[in-house]
Amino acid sequence: MIEIKKLHKSYPIGKDSLHVLKGIDLHIKEGEFVSIMGSSGSGKSTLLNIVGLLDVHDEGEYYLNGQLIKDMNEKKAAILRNKFLGFVFQSFNLISYKTALENVALPLYYKGMNRKERLKVALEYLEKVGLKEWANHLPNELSGGQKQRVAIARALVTKPKVVLADEPTGALDSTTTDSVMDLLKDINDEGMTVFVITHEEEVAEQTKRIVRLKDGVIISDEYTKAAKAV
Amino acid sequence: MKFLFDSDTWQEIYGSIRKNKTRTIITIIGVLWGIFLLVVLLGAARGMENGFKKVFGDFATNSVFVWTQRTDTPFKGFQKGRRFRLNMNDIEALKSEYKDEIKLLAPRNQTNNLIVHNFKSGDFQVSGDYPVLDQIQKKKLISGRFINQNDILSYGKVTVISEDMYKQLFDKGEVAIGQYIKINAINYKVIGVYGPSNGIDLDGDTAYIPFSTFRKVYNRANKIDWMVITGAEGIDIEQLESDVLLTLKSLHKVHPEDERAFGSFNLGTQIEKFMGFLKGMQFLTWFVGIATLIAGVFAIGNILLITVKERTKEIGIRRALGATPKSIRQQIILEAVFLTTVAGMLGIVFGSLILYIIDSTVGSGEDAALVNPTVNIPIIFVAFATLIVLGTLIGLIPAHMATIVKPIEALREE
Repeated sequence: MIEIKKLHKSYPIGKDSLHVLKGIDLHIKEGEFVSIMGSSGSGKSTLLNIVGLLDVHDEGEYYLNGQLIKDMNEKKAAILRNKFLGFVFQSFNLISYKTALENVALPLYYKGMNRKERLKVALEYLEKVGLKEWANHLPNELSGGQKQRVAIARALVTKPKVVLADEPTGALDSTTTDSVMDLLKDINDEGMTVFVITHEEEVAEQTKRIVRLKDGVIISDEYTKAAKAV
Repeated sequence: MKFLFDSDTWQEIYGSIRKNKTRTIITIIGVLWGIFLLVVLLGAARGMENGFKKVFGDFATNSVFVWTQRTDTPFKGFQKGRRFRLNMNDIEALKSEYKDEIKLLAPRNQTNNLIVHNFKSGDFQVSGDYPVLDQIQKKKLISGRFINQNDILSYGKVTVISEDMYKQLFDKGEVAIGQYIKINAINYKVIGVYGPSNGIDLDGDTAYIPFSTFRKVYNRANKIDWMVITGAEGIDIEQLESDVLLTLKSLHKVHPEDERAFGSFNLGTQIEKFMGFLKGMQFLTWFVGIATLIAGVFAIGNILLITVKERTKEIGIRRALGATPKSIRQQIILEAVFLTTVAGMLGIVFGSLILYIIDSTVGSGEDAALVNPTVNIPIIFVAFATLIVLGTLIGLIPAHMATIVKPIEALREE
């Protein structure tokens, strides 16, 4: 599903450049539940941004769903994002003046689905994350956990190939963290590839594969007990 | 273009406009003010023009008045400083020579006399005229009629007097028509009473009597005091004026370059000057109006630019969810156009309202400054269309700004 070969990325800082990713090789198959661990500055967010087509890499090869990602223009990237990827952010990133339902329906709008149909689909997904009753509430009327579940519903609504979650539990307490992780597990159980970035050990342990990143290189890549249990 | 008729597009725009209420209101005020000024200024200019037109009123505006003075150049054995008079031969000569150019030609003789009716009297102007005068300056007859050809041929002792003269000479409620008044001790039958004219009044309160009668009574032989010439449709009245003067000079043995011998006043030229002034006013109006409008549109661009900055994050989210740069651009441009359109419509409505108020307060009555201030509908449409085009163009700037930021940077924004 995701294949990365010798990926390099550096950011220019003034005259110098900061070499963030120093040759990453990573292969994630369909249906995997992978977490990327690392302290801040390890390059994990950069990796996710590149995987999420929000940023471009300098060197190396990146195949998404077998397609080589190269010379992406914004339009192509937008279409691929809409088609293959679902995003879950640490700060939820819901649009504040839209209701939960409208937020979930937004990716379908960009897909070109008509309003009636997309609200129907969005409601199904809200039901799936247990927030059907909250469909017509604005984000500021929801708790952090609820917001994140709305965001997950929004990530899922287009039936993407991969769900990318950047610190999905970073802004949540331990109870809601568990409920969000359970939700991600359920999604994975349904066959969705889930790609989580975190620095919390407990979160990573609930995934099936942990990739540890340090200073732009992978230092370990192993399957967890959760994976072996299945 | 399909996206224009998509209810989803408008849903999105409604959402973002509702969210940014302050911005929306400020933006709308900016453009509203511009088009409001344009409408009001154009209406005021039109009102002024109408006011001027009212001053000219029922008077034939392409008229020249000609009279004689003294010569200032010796010619053909005559000394300079010679006095001479226009006469009926001149009238006939001009009529035959400028058959096509001259529409109306009225020779006039005037004097002042005591006019008496019973025990009331007053000093008024008496004018010997042909019926044609009524065509040059339409008389507003309250009762009776003006002098006709029969009166001229029969040397009738009849007169047409003004309403004010009637008030001075007659008792209240008395019927003037058919009564006799004494002008210079001769009885004249009153055949008509006229009210004050619209705009230019050539004579003031005057007792009009037949030209032929005047000539006989005041012993003028074939001499006349002055004449009014009205040019035919499409005639260059200035050219006609100089041609006529040249003809008259040769008839009266006046040096062709004698500047003083004839006096003339060209109403057409004067009016053209007024019209030139009005054109200037209109140009100024357009200039100010359009400049204000452009300023308003720039204000929209400016505010949209600021909100785009504020909304960087939202735009980032949208792009992460699959919004193409094109769809973002479309949305922002459409917002700009929508705002300008709404503001434009409101501006036109308010402007019209102000014009309506002006019209109903100071737009009527005898000496109204602005008469019937209006703006042509096509002009409004053109201004409106221009506004929308400008709105689109100015929307391109923030739309572009919204899309050059990478989604990753937009998302990082807090």
